[in-house]
Amino acid sequence: MVHVIETNQLTKSFGGLTAVDKLDITVESGEIFGFLGPNGAGKTTTINMLCTILKPTGGSAKVNGFDIVREAMQVRRSIGIVFQDPSIDDRLTGRENLYMHANLYGVPTSQQKDRIDKILKLVELEDRADDLMRTYSGGMRRRLELGRGLIHYPKVLFLDEPTVGLDPQTRDHIWTYIKELKEAHDITVVLTTHYMDEADRLSDRIGIIDHGKLVALDSPQKLKDTLEGDVITIKAAKIDELTALLSEKLGLTQSRIVDGTLEITVRGGQSLMPKVMEAATHSNFLVDSIQLREPNLEDVFLHYTGKNIRADGGKELHGFAAIQRRKIR
Amino acid sequence: MTELRGFYTLWLREVKRYLRDRTRIVSSFVQPALWLVVFGAGIGAALRGGFQIAGVNYQTLIFPGIVAQTLLFTAMFMGISVIWDREFGFLKEILVAPVSRFTLFLGKMIGDSTDALIQGVIVFAIALALGISFTFTAFLECLPLMLLITIGLVSLGLIIASFMGSLESFGAIQSFINLPLFFLSGALFPIAGTNTPQWLQVVARVNPLTYGVDALKTVILGAPYAPLQIQPLWVDIGIVGAFDLLMIAIGTWSFSKMK
Repeated sequence: MVHVIETNQLTKSFGGLTAVDKLDITVESGEIFGFLGPNGAGKTTTINMLCTILKPTGGSAKVNGFDIVREAMQVRRSIGIVFQDPSIDDRLTGRENLYMHANLYGVPTSQQKDRIDKILKLVELEDRADDLMRTYSGGMRRRLELGRGLIHYPKVLFLDEPTVGLDPQTRDHIWTYIKELKEAHDITVVLTTHYMDEADRLSDRIGIIDHGKLVALDSPQKLKDTLEGDVITIKAAKIDELTALLSEKLGLTQSRIVDGTLEITVRGGQSLMPKVMEAATHSNFLVDSIQLREPNLEDVFLHYTGKNIRADGGKELHGFAAIQRRKIR
Repeated sequence: MTELRGFYTLWLREVKRYLRDRTRIVSSFVQPALWLVVFGAGIGAALRGGFQIAGVNYQTLIFPGIVAQTLLFTAMFMGISVIWDREFGFLKEILVAPVSRFTLFLGKMIGDSTDALIQGVIVFAIALALGISFTFTAFLECLPLMLLITIGLVSLGLIIASFMGSLESFGAIQSFINLPLFFLSGALFPIAGTNTPQWLQVVARVNPLTYGVDALKTVILGAPYAPLQIQPLWVDIGIVGAFDLLMIAIGTWSFSKMK
Protein backbone atom coordinates (compact mmCIF):
# COMPACT_ATOMS: atom_id res chain seq x y z
CA MET A 1 0.00 0.00 0.00
CA VAL A 2 1.24 3.44 -0.90
CA HIS A 3 1.34 5.99 1.84
CA VAL A 4 -0.31 9.22 0.80
CA ILE A 5 1.52 11.10 3.51
CA GLU A 6 4.73 10.09 5.15
CA THR A 7 6.65 12.20 7.62
CA ASN A 8 10.10 11.44 8.87
CA GLN A 9 11.17 13.18 12.09
CA LEU A 10 9.30 16.25 10.91
CA THR A 11 10.18 19.22 13.10
CA LYS A 12 9.32 22.90 13.21
CA SER A 13 10.77 25.37 15.69
CA PHE A 14 9.91 29.02 16.01
CA GLY A 15 12.87 30.52 17.79
CA GLY A 16 13.09 28.66 21.07
CA LEU A 17 9.66 27.06 20.77
CA THR A 18 9.37 23.64 19.17
CA ALA A 19 5.86 23.51 17.75
CA VAL A 20 6.26 20.13 16.05
CA ASP A 21 8.79 17.73 17.49
CA LYS A 22 10.18 14.85 15.38
CA LEU A 23 6.81 13.72 14.11
CA ASP A 24 6.55 10.34 12.39
CA ILE A 25 3.20 9.57 10.83
CA THR A 26 1.87 7.82 7.78
CA VAL A 27 -1.53 8.38 6.26
CA GLU A 28 -2.99 5.62 4.13
CA SER A 29 -4.79 6.15 0.88
CA GLY A 30 -8.54 6.64 1.23
CA GLU A 31 -8.74 7.12 4.97
CA ILE A 32 -9.90 10.03 7.06
CA PHE A 33 -7.04 10.82 9.36
CA GLY A 34 -7.79 12.98 12.37
CA PHE A 35 -5.25 15.09 14.17
CA LEU A 36 -6.52 15.61 17.68
CA GLY A 37 -4.96 17.91 20.20
CA PRO A 38 -5.49 20.96 22.36
CA ASN A 39 -4.92 24.42 20.96
CA GLY A 40 -1.26 25.09 20.41
CA ALA A 41 -0.40 21.39 20.24
CA GLY A 42 1.09 21.74 16.76
CA LYS A 43 -1.78 20.53 14.60
CA THR A 44 -2.02 23.58 12.36
CA THR A 45 1.75 23.88 12.15
CA THR A 46 1.94 20.28 10.94
CA ILE A 47 -0.79 20.85 8.37
CA ASN A 48 0.89 24.05 7.21
CA MET A 49 4.13 22.19 6.64
CA LEU A 50 2.39 19.42 4.71
CA CYS A 51 0.64 22.08 2.60
CA THR A 52 4.04 23.73 1.90
CA ILE A 53 3.02 26.97 3.61
CA LEU A 54 5.71 26.52 6.24
CA LYS A 55 9.14 25.06 5.75
CA PRO A 56 10.19 22.47 8.33
CA THR A 57 13.27 23.18 10.40
CA GLY A 58 14.10 19.51 10.59
CA GLY A 59 13.15 16.13 9.15
CA SER A 60 11.21 15.62 5.94
CA ALA A 61 7.81 14.69 4.61
CA LYS A 62 6.25 13.42 1.42
CA VAL A 63 2.75 14.11 0.20
CA ASN A 64 1.55 12.02 -2.74
CA GLY A 65 5.14 10.99 -3.20
CA PHE A 66 6.39 14.56 -3.54
CA ASP A 67 8.84 16.12 -1.13
CA ILE A 68 7.20 19.07 0.62
CA VAL A 69 10.29 21.24 0.27
CA ARG A 70 11.90 20.28 -3.01
CA GLU A 71 8.69 19.55 -4.94
CA ALA A 72 6.37 22.09 -3.34
CA MET A 73 4.58 22.96 -6.60
CA GLN A 74 3.68 19.33 -7.30
CA VAL A 75 2.47 18.96 -3.71
CA ARG A 76 0.28 22.03 -4.07
CA ARG A 77 -1.23 20.82 -7.30
CA SER A 78 -2.20 17.49 -5.74
CA ILE A 79 -3.80 18.72 -2.52
CA GLY A 80 -6.87 20.69 -1.49
CA ILE A 81 -6.91 22.86 1.61
CA VAL A 82 -9.68 24.26 3.74
CA PHE A 83 -8.15 26.65 6.21
CA GLN A 84 -9.19 27.20 9.77
CA ASP A 85 -10.03 30.82 9.00
CA PRO A 86 -12.17 31.84 6.05
CA SER A 87 -10.20 32.37 2.85
CA ILE A 88 -12.78 33.43 0.32
CA ASP A 89 -13.27 36.72 -1.47
CA ASP A 90 -16.59 37.88 -0.10
CA ARG A 91 -16.93 40.61 -2.74
CA LEU A 92 -17.20 37.94 -5.40
CA THR A 93 -20.01 35.45 -5.87
CA GLY A 94 -19.70 31.81 -4.88
CA ARG A 95 -19.39 30.79 -8.50
CA GLU A 96 -16.72 33.40 -9.20
CA ASN A 97 -14.68 32.15 -6.26
CA LEU A 98 -14.86 28.65 -7.69
CA TYR A 99 -13.84 29.80 -11.18
CA MET A 100 -10.92 31.69 -9.75
CA HIS A 101 -9.78 28.60 -7.89
CA ALA A 102 -10.16 26.45 -11.01
CA ASN A 103 -7.99 28.86 -12.96
CA LEU A 104 -5.35 29.11 -10.25
CA TYR A 105 -5.08 25.32 -10.17
CA GLY A 106 -4.98 24.92 -13.92
CA VAL A 107 -8.28 23.09 -14.41
CA PRO A 108 -8.83 22.92 -18.19
CA THR A 109 -11.27 25.62 -19.29
CA SER A 110 -13.47 23.09 -21.09
CA GLN A 111 -14.07 21.19 -17.84
CA GLN A 112 -14.53 24.12 -15.50
CA LYS A 113 -18.24 24.75 -15.93
CA ASP A 114 -19.15 21.12 -15.56
CA ARG A 115 -17.05 20.58 -12.46
CA ILE A 116 -18.23 23.76 -10.80
CA ASP A 117 -21.89 22.93 -11.43
CA LYS A 118 -21.39 19.50 -9.92
CA ILE A 119 -19.59 20.84 -6.86
CA LEU A 120 -22.27 23.47 -6.29
CA LYS A 121 -24.87 20.74 -6.38
CA LEU A 122 -22.89 18.57 -4.00
CA VAL A 123 -22.63 21.31 -1.38
CA GLU A 124 -26.20 22.42 -2.09
CA LEU A 125 -25.40 25.99 -3.02
CA GLU A 126 -26.73 26.03 -6.60
CA ASP A 127 -29.43 28.57 -5.89
CA ARG A 128 -27.07 30.92 -4.09
CA ALA A 129 -24.12 30.49 -6.45
CA ASP A 130 -24.51 33.89 -8.07
CA ASP A 131 -24.95 35.88 -4.87
CA LEU A 132 -22.04 37.78 -3.39
CA MET A 133 -20.43 35.69 -0.69
CA ARG A 134 -20.77 38.42 1.89
CA THR A 135 -24.45 37.51 1.99
CA TYR A 136 -23.66 33.87 2.88
CA SER A 137 -23.98 32.45 6.38
CA GLY A 138 -20.96 30.95 8.14
CA GLY A 139 -22.07 27.41 7.32
CA MET A 140 -22.64 28.24 3.65
CA ARG A 141 -19.18 29.78 3.36
CA ARG A 142 -17.69 26.69 4.91
CA ARG A 143 -19.53 24.47 2.45
CA LEU A 144 -18.33 26.53 -0.47
CA GLU A 145 -14.77 26.30 0.82
CA LEU A 146 -15.11 22.54 1.15
CA GLY A 147 -16.36 22.34 -2.42
CA ARG A 148 -13.68 24.69 -3.66
CA GLY A 149 -10.97 22.49 -2.23
CA LEU A 150 -12.14 19.69 -4.52
CA ILE A 151 -12.43 21.44 -7.87
CA HIS A 152 -8.97 20.50 -9.06
CA TYR A 153 -9.54 16.86 -8.03
CA PRO A 154 -6.94 16.71 -5.28
CA LYS A 155 -5.77 13.37 -3.94
CA VAL A 156 -5.64 14.68 -0.39
CA LEU A 157 -7.95 17.18 1.23
CA PHE A 158 -6.63 19.00 4.29
CA LEU A 159 -9.25 20.34 6.64
CA ASP A 160 -7.98 22.53 9.45
CA GLU A 161 -10.65 22.72 12.16
CA PRO A 162 -13.45 22.50 9.60
CA THR A 163 -16.31 23.24 11.98
CA VAL A 164 -14.78 25.69 14.40
CA GLY A 165 -17.21 28.43 15.36
CA LEU A 166 -20.21 26.80 13.71
CA ASP A 167 -23.44 25.92 15.49
CA PRO A 168 -24.09 22.23 16.33
CA GLN A 169 -26.60 21.70 13.55
CA THR A 170 -24.29 23.14 10.91
CA ARG A 171 -21.40 21.12 12.27
CA ASP A 172 -23.45 18.00 11.85
CA HIS A 173 -24.19 18.97 8.25
CA ILE A 174 -20.54 19.64 7.50
CA TRP A 175 -19.60 16.22 8.85
CA THR A 176 -22.07 14.61 6.51
CA TYR A 177 -20.62 16.61 3.61
CA ILE A 178 -17.08 15.64 4.45
CA LYS A 179 -18.04 11.96 4.41
CA GLU A 180 -20.00 12.33 1.19
CA LEU A 181 -17.27 14.29 -0.56
CA LYS A 182 -14.73 11.72 0.49
CA GLU A 183 -16.82 8.89 -0.93
CA ALA A 184 -17.77 10.75 -4.10
CA HIS A 185 -14.23 11.78 -4.96
CA ASP A 186 -12.29 8.87 -3.54
CA ILE A 187 -9.83 11.05 -1.70
CA THR A 188 -7.84 10.95 1.48
CA VAL A 189 -8.83 13.45 4.14
CA VAL A 190 -6.57 14.84 6.82
CA LEU A 191 -8.34 16.90 9.40
CA THR A 192 -7.34 18.67 12.57
CA THR A 193 -9.76 19.25 15.35
CA HIS A 194 -9.96 19.83 19.03
CA TYR A 195 -13.54 18.56 19.12
CA MET A 196 -13.63 15.00 20.45
CA ASP A 197 -16.97 14.16 18.91
CA GLU A 198 -15.78 15.39 15.53
CA ALA A 199 -12.67 13.24 15.60
CA ASP A 200 -14.70 10.27 16.81
CA ARG A 201 -17.44 10.59 14.21
CA LEU A 202 -15.25 11.25 11.20
CA SER A 203 -11.88 9.63 11.55
CA ASP A 204 -10.77 6.18 10.52
CA ARG A 205 -7.63 6.78 12.51
CA ILE A 206 -6.69 9.39 15.04
CA GLY A 207 -3.32 10.77 15.93
CA ILE A 208 -3.28 12.51 19.28
CA ILE A 209 -0.72 15.25 19.34
CA ASP A 210 0.43 17.16 22.38
CA HIS A 211 3.33 19.60 22.74
CA GLY A 212 4.25 18.84 19.14
CA LYS A 213 4.65 15.13 19.80
CA LEU A 214 2.52 12.22 18.69
CA VAL A 215 1.30 10.50 21.86
CA ALA A 216 -1.14 7.96 20.40
CA LEU A 217 -2.18 6.72 16.98
CA ASP A 218 -4.99 4.28 16.21
CA SER A 219 -8.65 3.97 15.28
CA PRO A 220 -11.06 5.71 17.66
CA GLN A 221 -12.44 2.36 18.83
CA LYS A 222 -9.04 0.85 19.51
CA LEU A 223 -7.92 3.94 21.32
CA LYS A 224 -10.96 3.65 23.56
CA ASP A 225 -10.34 -0.06 24.01
CA THR A 226 -6.80 0.55 25.23
CA LEU A 227 -8.32 2.11 28.32
CA GLU A 228 -9.57 -1.38 29.15
CA GLY A 229 -12.58 -0.49 31.15
CA ASP A 230 -15.35 1.82 32.14
CA VAL A 231 -15.56 5.23 33.66
CA ILE A 232 -17.40 5.88 36.91
CA THR A 233 -18.33 9.49 37.45
CA ILE A 234 -19.33 10.66 40.90
CA LYS A 235 -20.77 13.94 42.07
CA ALA A 236 -20.41 14.49 45.77
CA ALA A 237 -19.47 16.98 48.44
CA LYS A 238 -15.83 16.97 49.67
CA ILE A 239 -14.76 15.38 46.42
CA ASP A 240 -11.03 15.55 47.17
CA GLU A 241 -11.37 13.57 50.35
CA LEU A 242 -13.61 11.04 48.63
CA THR A 243 -11.00 10.59 45.93
CA ALA A 244 -8.36 9.89 48.54
CA LEU A 245 -10.66 7.48 50.34
CA LEU A 246 -11.49 5.43 47.25
CA SER A 247 -7.86 5.29 46.28
CA GLU A 248 -6.94 4.04 49.73
CA LYS A 249 -9.79 1.65 50.40
CA LEU A 250 -10.52 0.24 46.92
CA GLY A 251 -7.25 0.90 45.14
CA LEU A 252 -8.94 3.12 42.55
CA THR A 253 -5.95 5.23 41.56
CA GLN A 254 -6.89 6.01 37.95
CA SER A 255 -8.94 9.00 38.94
CA ARG A 256 -9.16 12.68 38.17
CA ILE A 257 -11.45 15.56 39.00
CA VAL A 258 -13.05 17.35 36.07
CA ASP A 259 -15.22 20.40 36.83
CA GLY A 260 -15.84 19.16 40.35
CA THR A 261 -16.83 15.70 39.17
CA LEU A 262 -14.74 12.68 40.06
CA GLU A 263 -13.97 10.40 37.13
CA ILE A 264 -12.43 7.00 37.76
CA THR A 265 -11.32 4.58 35.09
CA VAL A 266 -12.00 1.05 36.29
CA ARG A 267 -12.37 -2.54 35.15
CA GLY A 268 -15.68 -4.24 35.81
CA GLY A 269 -17.54 -1.10 36.62
CA GLN A 270 -20.86 -2.90 37.16
CA SER A 271 -19.67 -4.77 40.23
CA LEU A 272 -17.54 -1.93 41.50
CA MET A 273 -20.37 0.60 41.70
CA PRO A 274 -21.98 -0.89 44.82
CA LYS A 275 -18.59 -1.15 46.52
CA VAL A 276 -17.89 2.49 45.81
CA MET A 277 -21.27 3.48 47.23
CA GLU A 278 -20.74 1.35 50.28
CA ALA A 279 -17.29 2.77 50.97
CA ALA A 280 -18.61 6.29 50.57
CA THR A 281 -21.64 5.91 52.85
CA HIS A 282 -19.59 4.03 55.40
CA SER A 283 -17.31 7.06 55.77
CA ASN A 284 -20.31 9.44 55.79
CA PHE A 285 -19.82 10.94 52.34
CA LEU A 286 -22.93 12.35 50.74
CA VAL A 287 -23.01 11.16 47.09
CA ASP A 288 -25.26 13.26 44.82
CA SER A 289 -25.02 11.01 41.79
CA ILE A 290 -23.02 8.14 40.42
CA GLN A 291 -22.84 7.00 36.81
CA LEU A 292 -21.17 4.33 34.79
CA ARG A 293 -20.23 4.95 31.16
CA GLU A 294 -18.08 3.67 28.34
CA PRO A 295 -14.83 5.54 27.92
CA ASN A 296 -14.89 8.24 25.24
CA LEU A 297 -12.09 9.96 23.37
CA GLU A 298 -11.93 12.58 26.06
CA ASP A 299 -10.87 9.87 28.49
CA VAL A 300 -8.36 8.60 25.97
CA PHE A 301 -6.99 12.08 25.63
CA LEU A 302 -6.77 12.49 29.39
CA HIS A 303 -5.06 9.18 29.65
CA TYR A 304 -2.35 10.09 27.16
CA THR A 305 -1.80 13.74 27.95
CA GLY A 306 -2.90 14.02 31.56
CA LYS A 307 -4.86 17.02 30.48
CA ASN A 308 -8.46 17.75 29.83
CA ILE A 309 -9.08 18.96 26.31
CA ARG A 310 -11.60 21.73 26.39
CA ALA A 311 -13.60 22.78 23.42
CA ASP A 312 -13.24 26.40 24.35
CA GLY A 313 -10.40 27.39 22.06
CA GLY A 314 -12.54 27.84 18.99
CA LYS A 315 -14.66 30.64 20.23
CA GLU A 316 -16.42 32.40 17.46
CA LEU A 317 -15.13 35.94 17.15
CA HIS A 318 -16.38 38.72 14.96
CA GLY A 319 -15.02 41.91 13.49
CA PHE A 320 -11.80 43.20 14.87
CA ALA A 321 -11.62 40.50 17.49
CA ALA A 322 -11.48 38.00 14.65
CA ILE A 323 -8.80 40.02 12.93
CA GLN A 324 -6.82 40.15 16.13
CA ARG A 325 -7.12 36.42 16.51
CA ARG A 326 -5.77 35.86 13.06
CA LYS A 327 -2.77 38.00 13.85
CA ILE A 328 -1.96 35.95 16.89
CA ARG A 329 -1.96 32.75 14.96
CA MET B 1 -0.31 28.23 -19.68
CA THR B 2 -1.27 27.67 -16.04
CA GLU B 3 0.69 30.79 -15.13
CA LEU B 4 -1.11 32.80 -17.78
CA ARG B 5 -4.51 31.61 -16.56
CA GLY B 6 -3.50 32.41 -13.00
CA PHE B 7 -2.48 35.89 -14.09
CA TYR B 8 -5.74 36.43 -15.94
CA THR B 9 -7.94 35.28 -13.07
CA LEU B 10 -6.17 37.53 -10.58
CA TRP B 11 -6.40 40.46 -12.95
CA LEU B 12 -10.10 39.78 -13.48
CA ARG B 13 -10.71 39.66 -9.74
CA GLU B 14 -9.22 43.11 -9.16
CA VAL B 15 -11.15 44.67 -12.02
CA LYS B 16 -14.44 43.04 -11.01
CA ARG B 17 -14.08 44.15 -7.41
CA TYR B 18 -13.33 47.67 -8.57
CA LEU B 19 -16.23 47.93 -11.00
CA ARG B 20 -18.61 46.59 -8.37
CA ASP B 21 -17.65 49.20 -5.82
CA ARG B 22 -20.06 51.92 -6.89
CA THR B 23 -19.35 54.26 -4.01
CA ARG B 24 -15.70 54.31 -4.92
CA ILE B 25 -16.42 55.06 -8.55
CA VAL B 26 -18.78 57.88 -7.65
CA SER B 27 -16.35 59.31 -5.13
CA SER B 28 -13.58 59.06 -7.68
CA PHE B 29 -15.30 61.85 -9.59
CA VAL B 30 -15.39 64.11 -6.59
CA GLN B 31 -11.77 64.58 -5.60
CA PRO B 32 -10.31 65.49 -9.01
CA ALA B 33 -13.33 67.71 -9.68
CA LEU B 34 -12.72 69.59 -6.43
CA TRP B 35 -9.07 70.10 -7.27
CA LEU B 36 -9.77 71.29 -10.78
CA VAL B 37 -12.82 73.41 -10.05
CA VAL B 38 -12.11 74.91 -6.63
CA PHE B 39 -8.36 74.81 -6.36
CA GLY B 40 -7.71 75.34 -10.06
CA ALA B 41 -10.11 78.23 -10.46
CA GLY B 42 -9.38 79.81 -7.06
CA ILE B 43 -5.60 79.75 -7.13
CA GLY B 44 -5.69 80.46 -10.83
CA ALA B 45 -7.59 83.71 -10.20
CA ALA B 46 -5.30 84.69 -7.35
CA LEU B 47 -2.23 84.13 -9.50
CA ARG B 48 -3.52 86.00 -12.49
CA GLY B 49 -0.84 88.27 -13.81
CA GLY B 50 1.77 86.46 -11.76
CA PHE B 51 2.49 82.93 -12.88
CA GLN B 52 1.17 82.10 -16.30
CA ILE B 53 2.13 80.37 -19.46
CA ALA B 54 1.16 81.97 -22.72
CA GLY B 55 -2.39 80.92 -23.57
CA VAL B 56 -2.71 78.33 -20.79
CA ASN B 57 -4.76 79.05 -17.67
CA TYR B 58 -3.87 77.61 -14.26
CA GLN B 59 -6.70 75.10 -14.30
CA THR B 60 -5.40 73.61 -17.52
CA LEU B 61 -1.85 73.78 -16.22
CA ILE B 62 -2.56 71.61 -13.19
CA PHE B 63 -4.81 69.20 -15.08
CA PRO B 64 -1.93 66.78 -15.95
CA GLY B 65 -0.82 67.02 -12.34
CA ILE B 66 -4.31 66.09 -11.09
CA VAL B 67 -4.29 63.10 -13.45
CA ALA B 68 -0.99 62.05 -11.89
CA GLN B 69 -2.35 62.64 -8.40
CA THR B 70 -5.36 60.44 -9.10
CA LEU B 71 -3.09 57.71 -10.40
CA LEU B 72 -0.85 58.03 -7.35
CA PHE B 73 -3.59 57.93 -4.73
CA THR B 74 -5.53 55.14 -6.42
CA ALA B 75 -2.44 53.06 -7.09
CA MET B 76 -1.18 53.33 -3.54
CA PHE B 77 -4.60 52.56 -2.12
CA MET B 78 -5.04 49.55 -4.36
CA GLY B 79 -1.56 48.29 -3.60
CA ILE B 80 -2.03 48.63 0.12
CA SER B 81 -5.36 46.82 -0.20
CA VAL B 82 -3.48 43.53 -0.29
CA ILE B 83 -3.44 43.94 3.50
CA TRP B 84 -7.21 43.56 3.45
CA ASP B 85 -6.75 40.32 1.57
CA ARG B 86 -4.53 39.16 4.36
CA GLU B 87 -6.84 40.33 7.15
CA PHE B 88 -9.82 38.63 5.55
CA GLY B 89 -7.90 35.48 4.82
CA PHE B 90 -8.20 35.51 1.05
CA LEU B 91 -4.46 35.95 0.58
CA LYS B 92 -3.91 32.41 1.88
CA GLU B 93 -5.95 30.95 -0.96
CA ILE B 94 -3.70 32.67 -3.49
CA LEU B 95 -0.44 32.00 -1.71
CA VAL B 96 -0.94 28.22 -1.59
CA ALA B 97 -2.02 28.01 -5.24
CA PRO B 98 0.39 26.22 -7.58
CA VAL B 99 1.28 29.48 -9.31
CA SER B 100 4.59 31.31 -9.09
CA ARG B 101 4.85 34.34 -6.86
CA PHE B 102 5.94 36.41 -9.86
CA THR B 103 2.63 35.61 -11.54
CA LEU B 104 0.70 36.38 -8.36
CA PHE B 105 2.43 39.72 -8.08
CA LEU B 106 1.96 40.55 -11.73
CA GLY B 107 -1.73 39.60 -11.79
CA LYS B 108 -2.53 41.64 -8.73
CA MET B 109 -0.37 44.53 -9.89
CA ILE B 110 -1.69 44.79 -13.45
CA GLY B 111 -5.25 44.36 -12.13
CA ASP B 112 -4.81 47.27 -9.72
CA SER B 113 -3.07 49.28 -12.44
CA THR B 114 -6.06 48.75 -14.71
CA ASP B 115 -8.32 50.17 -11.99
CA ALA B 116 -6.04 53.17 -11.52
CA LEU B 117 -6.01 53.68 -15.27
CA ILE B 118 -9.81 53.81 -15.32
CA GLN B 119 -9.66 56.43 -12.56
CA GLY B 120 -7.22 58.42 -14.70
CA VAL B 121 -9.59 58.28 -17.68
CA ILE B 122 -12.37 59.57 -15.42
CA VAL B 123 -10.25 62.67 -14.74
CA PHE B 124 -10.05 63.26 -18.47
CA ALA B 125 -13.85 63.05 -18.63
CA ILE B 126 -14.15 65.62 -15.84
CA ALA B 127 -11.70 67.89 -17.64
CA LEU B 128 -13.75 67.61 -20.81
CA ALA B 129 -16.88 68.58 -18.90
CA LEU B 130 -15.07 71.58 -17.39
CA GLY B 131 -13.97 72.75 -20.81
CA ILE B 132 -10.27 72.17 -20.23
CA SER B 133 -8.78 71.84 -23.66
CA PHE B 134 -6.75 68.83 -24.77
CA THR B 135 -6.59 67.03 -28.07
CA PHE B 136 -7.95 63.55 -28.59
CA THR B 137 -4.51 62.45 -29.77
CA ALA B 138 -3.05 63.70 -26.50
CA PHE B 139 -5.62 61.63 -24.60
CA LEU B 140 -4.70 58.48 -26.55
CA GLU B 141 -1.00 59.13 -26.01
CA CYS B 142 -1.64 59.54 -22.30
CA LEU B 143 -3.15 56.04 -21.94
CA PRO B 144 0.10 54.05 -22.18
CA LEU B 145 1.84 56.82 -20.27
CA MET B 146 -0.67 56.55 -17.42
CA LEU B 147 -0.23 52.79 -17.31
CA LEU B 148 3.54 53.24 -17.16
CA ILE B 149 3.23 55.67 -14.25
CA THR B 150 0.75 53.48 -12.41
CA ILE B 151 2.74 50.24 -12.57
CA GLY B 152 5.58 51.56 -10.44
CA LEU B 153 3.22 53.15 -7.94
CA VAL B 154 1.00 50.08 -7.48
CA SER B 155 4.14 47.99 -7.08
CA LEU B 156 5.38 50.39 -4.42
CA GLY B 157 2.04 50.07 -2.62
CA LEU B 158 2.22 46.27 -2.78
CA ILE B 159 5.78 46.30 -1.47
CA ILE B 160 4.84 48.51 1.47
CA ALA B 161 1.80 46.32 2.18
CA SER B 162 3.83 43.13 2.16
CA PHE B 163 6.05 44.54 4.88
CA MET B 164 3.22 46.08 6.85
CA GLY B 165 1.65 43.77 9.39
CA SER B 166 -1.66 45.53 9.76
CA LEU B 167 -3.83 48.36 8.60
CA GLU B 168 -2.85 50.52 11.55
CA SER B 169 -0.05 52.17 9.60
CA PHE B 170 -2.42 52.94 6.73
CA GLY B 171 -2.70 56.62 7.64
CA ALA B 172 1.06 56.99 7.71
CA ILE B 173 1.19 56.11 4.02
CA GLN B 174 -0.86 59.19 3.23
CA SER B 175 1.47 61.45 5.22
CA PHE B 176 4.80 59.92 4.32
CA ILE B 177 4.33 58.68 0.77
CA ASN B 178 1.30 60.08 -1.03
CA LEU B 179 1.44 63.75 -0.08
CA PRO B 180 5.24 64.20 -0.35
CA LEU B 181 5.30 62.44 -3.73
CA PHE B 182 2.37 64.56 -4.90
CA PHE B 183 3.61 67.95 -3.69
CA LEU B 184 7.16 67.31 -4.89
CA SER B 185 6.12 66.17 -8.36
CA GLY B 186 5.43 69.53 -9.93
CA ALA B 187 1.76 68.64 -10.19
CA LEU B 188 0.68 72.06 -8.88
CA PHE B 189 3.60 74.28 -9.92
CA PRO B 190 6.44 74.17 -12.43
CA ILE B 191 9.64 72.58 -11.15
CA ALA B 192 11.79 74.23 -13.78
CA GLY B 193 10.23 77.65 -13.21
CA THR B 194 12.62 80.59 -12.79
CA ASN B 195 11.35 81.43 -9.30
CA THR B 196 11.21 77.86 -7.95
CA PRO B 197 13.61 77.57 -4.95
CA GLN B 198 16.79 75.67 -5.68
CA TRP B 199 16.27 73.03 -2.94
CA LEU B 200 12.79 72.27 -4.24
CA GLN B 201 14.14 71.78 -7.75
CA VAL B 202 16.72 69.34 -6.44
CA VAL B 203 14.33 67.34 -4.24
CA ALA B 204 11.68 67.15 -6.95
CA ARG B 205 14.20 65.69 -9.37
CA VAL B 206 14.70 62.73 -7.04
CA ASN B 207 10.96 61.99 -7.12
CA PRO B 208 10.11 59.50 -9.89
CA LEU B 209 6.59 60.92 -10.16
CA THR B 210 8.09 64.26 -11.29
CA TYR B 211 9.01 62.64 -14.60
CA GLY B 212 5.56 61.13 -14.95
CA VAL B 213 4.00 64.55 -14.46
CA ASP B 214 6.53 66.08 -16.84
CA ALA B 215 5.62 63.53 -19.51
CA LEU B 216 1.88 64.09 -19.07
CA LYS B 217 2.35 67.86 -19.26
CA THR B 218 4.50 67.56 -22.37
CA VAL B 219 1.82 65.51 -24.11
CA ILE B 220 -1.28 67.39 -22.87
CA LEU B 221 -0.06 71.00 -22.87
CA GLY B 222 2.06 70.71 -26.01
CA ALA B 223 4.26 73.51 -27.30
CA PRO B 224 3.47 76.14 -24.62
CA TYR B 225 4.98 73.85 -21.99
CA ALA B 226 8.29 73.44 -23.81
CA PRO B 227 10.18 76.16 -21.84
CA LEU B 228 9.25 74.49 -18.51
CA GLN B 229 9.98 70.94 -19.57
CA ILE B 230 12.35 69.12 -17.19
CA GLN B 231 13.45 66.36 -19.55
CA PRO B 232 12.59 65.39 -23.12
CA LEU B 233 9.65 62.96 -23.32
CA TRP B 234 11.77 59.91 -24.06
CA VAL B 235 13.99 60.56 -21.03
CA ASP B 236 10.87 60.89 -18.83
CA ILE B 237 9.59 57.58 -20.17
CA GLY B 238 13.00 55.98 -19.62
CA ILE B 239 13.17 57.13 -16.00
CA VAL B 240 9.60 56.07 -15.18
CA GLY B 241 10.14 52.74 -16.97
CA ALA B 242 13.34 52.11 -15.00
CA PHE B 243 11.48 52.90 -11.77
CA ASP B 244 8.76 50.42 -12.79
CA LEU B 245 11.26 47.64 -13.42
CA LEU B 246 12.97 48.27 -10.10
CA MET B 247 9.64 48.20 -8.25
CA ILE B 248 8.52 45.02 -10.02
CA ALA B 249 11.80 43.34 -9.08
CA ILE B 250 11.52 44.35 -5.41
CA GLY B 251 7.80 43.54 -5.43
CA THR B 252 8.32 40.02 -6.73
CA TRP B 253 11.01 39.50 -4.13
CA SER B 254 8.80 40.78 -1.32
CA PHE B 255 5.93 38.56 -2.48
CA SER B 256 8.19 35.53 -2.51
CA LYS B 257 8.99 36.23 1.15
CA MET B 258 5.34 36.63 2.08
CA LYS B 259 3.67 33.99 4.21
